[in-house]
Amino acid sequence: MQEATLLQMRHIDKRFPGVLALNNVDFTLRGGEIHALMGENGAGKSTLIKILTGVYQMDGGEILVEGEQATIRSPQDAQNHGISTVYQEITLCPNLTVGENMFIGRENSPWIKHKEREERADEILGQLGIPARSTQQLGSCSLAVQQMVAIARAVDMNCKVLILDEPTSSLDDKEVNMLFSLMKDLKSKGVGIIFVTHFLEQVYEVSDRITVLRNGELVGEYLTSELPQVELVAKMIGKELDELSALSEVDEKKSVQGEVFYEARDLSSSDAMPFDFTIRKGEVNGFTGLLGSGRSESVRAIFGADKVTGGKVKIKGEEVKITHPIDAMKHGIGYLAEDRKRDGIIADLSVRENIILALQVMNGMFKPISRSESEAFADEYIKVLNIKTASRETPVGSLSGGNQQKVILARWLLTHPDYLILDEPTRGIDVGTKLEIQKLVLKLAEDGVSVTFISSEVEEMLRTCSRLIVMRDRHIVGELKGQDLTQAKVMKTIAGGEKQNENE
Amino acid sequence: MGKNLMKRKEPLTDTQLLMTITIGIFLVMYLLAMIFLQGGFLHTQQIFDMLNDNASLIIVSCGLTIVMIGGGIDISVGAVTSLVVMSCVLYLNGGGNLFVSMLIAVAIGLCFGVGQGFLISYLEIQPFIVTLAGMFFARGMTTILSVNPQKAEHEGFTLLRDTKIEIPWLGYVAKNGNLVPARIELGVVVAFICIILIFVMLKYNRMGRNFYAIGGNQQSALMLGINVKRTRFMSYVLSGLLSGLSGYVFMMHTGAGNATNAAGMEMNAIASSIIGGTLLTGGVGNVIGTLFGTLTLTTIKKIVVSSGFNDPWWQSITTGGMLCFFILLQSVVLGRRSRKKK
Repeated sequence: MQEATLLQMRHIDKRFPGVLALNNVDFTLRGGEIHALMGENGAGKSTLIKILTGVYQMDGGEILVEGEQATIRSPQDAQNHGISTVYQEITLCPNLTVGENMFIGRENSPWIKHKEREERADEILGQLGIPARSTQQLGSCSLAVQQMVAIARAVDMNCKVLILDEPTSSLDDKEVNMLFSLMKDLKSKGVGIIFVTHFLEQVYEVSDRITVLRNGELVGEYLTSELPQVELVAKMIGKELDELSALSEVDEKKSVQGEVFYEARDLSSSDAMPFDFTIRKGEVNGFTGLLGSGRSESVRAIFGADKVTGGKVKIKGEEVKITHPIDAMKHGIGYLAEDRKRDGIIADLSVRENIILALQVMNGMFKPISRSESEAFADEYIKVLNIKTASRETPVGSLSGGNQQKVILARWLLTHPDYLILDEPTRGIDVGTKLEIQKLVLKLAEDGVSVTFISSEVEEMLRTCSRLIVMRDRHIVGELKGQDLTQAKVMKTIAGGEKQNENE
Repeated sequence: MGKNLMKRKEPLTDTQLLMTITIGIFLVMYLLAMIFLQGGFLHTQQIFDMLNDNASLIIVSCGLTIVMIGGGIDISVGAVTSLVVMSCVLYLNGGGNLFVSMLIAVAIGLCFGVGQGFLISYLEIQPFIVTLAGMFFARGMTTILSVNPQKAEHEGFTLLRDTKIEIPWLGYVAKNGNLVPARIELGVVVAFICIILIFVMLKYNRMGRNFYAIGGNQQSALMLGINVKRTRFMSYVLSGLLSGLSGYVFMMHTGAGNATNAAGMEMNAIASSIIGGTLLTGGVGNVIGTLFGTLTLTTIKKIVVSSGFNDPWWQSITTGGMLCFFILLQSVVLGRRSRKKK
């Protein structure tokens, strides 16, 4: 049941220092529809949502709610216009009861009538079919139920527009289904729902319409039923399918036949589903898939960066246990983390100190690297990797992104790893440095180092990897090599590959 | 089916659970003391003495419980208590008015509460640092007022000080055959009024519930539309106010001002709150629990003394052990809960 236009965002512009985050974006939401907002990282989804909820102010454009101009300057303003948001992380208080969480912060009277409120809460929970009782402590409910309580709160506030920002990322299948039936229920009551997610299948399961953003620009608005999954992926990544097929450069990459260096069976971690994975000596492989598909989680499991929950790992044929990064490092595995600022550099330490960090950890606390030794190492890698820094004692934080990345690379190269995992090493750095890093990867492979290379840019991976593992919704859906290494093929696999390790 | 589900008895909330544990432990401990140590523990006056001696501690602990529920800490309470005692004694001895002296107590407490609350909530300075500064400040002021102990000689005040409520039917018959009625000081009455008011506020008042919300998850509280800054500010104002009251009660108990009055009281108050089931991390706690926390702490000290360990360090050691035990117990109980959920 489609109703009249509920919300219109017209010609929205948003600038951040140095970036145009949103450029002339339109977005329309009708009553009684579930509208998926899609786009890769940096596409501008969250910026758009934040403008709508009053967290950010737009620099240009207008917002119309039910045909009337609306000024939204704070979350409270958004609330008053009937716009409610349920975030990925639960924004409720776990120490209060379910009922209290639904009403706190919006009472008119300073005295609280617990009985009345509990009855009202139970009534709403009952209507929405949420399996919770008002007197239960919120913290004792599952995450899914907590999320639904947040939705119930929004519903009781007469929300017309409900924004669900990545609501399913920490839910299991059963919980997702519960959430979906609640969404459909609200939809039939005329609520307009904006659904932000990375899970393609979920989009096709519940949404009526899809709006795709890319690089801060509107790609288009489509009816879900009329947009095949492959095309959606193409629109998100930014290549038309025909163009891709035409481009397909079939250059035979010889598959590497060296000995198997690393082998995992049913490896799983707190964040990664069980998967199998093998890499040979001197091989460069890649994990690809959309953001949130589980590619980073998988390599983090290999390195022991998240809590490893199961599976067997063999290195050079021998069974080993890797449950902590230090175990992985001792077996010659290095990992360049996806988030450089959080997991990589220590901004206040100098270039030299950052470079010797991993080696020092490997050596242990009681075998310090002497000053002159560390200076020699630092100078060597500054030269080899062409790191542009004032001196080896400059704090890393003052270097450019690309050079920071090189410093972290140097840190791992210094440990002389047999297997190096590079998670998004080229993100946010200039083209020249990107090429340098790609060349370095190939050079390392020639020297017999195994490399796993992850990048959001498919071309980059096609250039460097001889084998690509494709993931979707936290499962491996395909493995491509040789002639299959083309953009079109990768995209088809991302969009439509069968779950479990389907062989191409 | 829904109806039946709704009528089901809810499991205790974290707050209720921790409070129940404290009360249970207190009762068992007291019972054991009655059985094995006998002596004073068999007289009801023992309990009343504990309350008489600790009325001001109970009052500051209640204030601290409020602050800790909101996720903060206030270590200035002991020093403020001491400053209030000294100020009021000097004022009364200078020929002041009894009623005005009460106002002075409340005003000093409020000043500290408002000042510290403002720095912590609106200028976002660490509560530990702000109240540490407040503590040094108040202690310093006390010493400036008088280095020597001052005894309150005010007529009206001594009358107030010596007023005790006597309850004959709770008394006991002494060895000489006379009936000794139970004696309760006025300070205990003040303390109980505080407990009741705060209990009601924390349970039924909007601001009271907001304290729990900001302590449970500050970010969420903000998203839920709570004025986090004002709520936090109010928690410190209340704590300051209660410190002022506590000072007056303290003075009514001892009748004299001394620069070292209420030394270490803030630490005892924190211990009482924690033993009473308030979490240092915020969001969980209750003043009834705090009352029993104070009683538990005092009982332990009495037991130590009655068992023949007269040196003061034994009390410190047992207090320390007690605190460790309760914190461990809390984390085990709550940890087990959250694991069961999964």
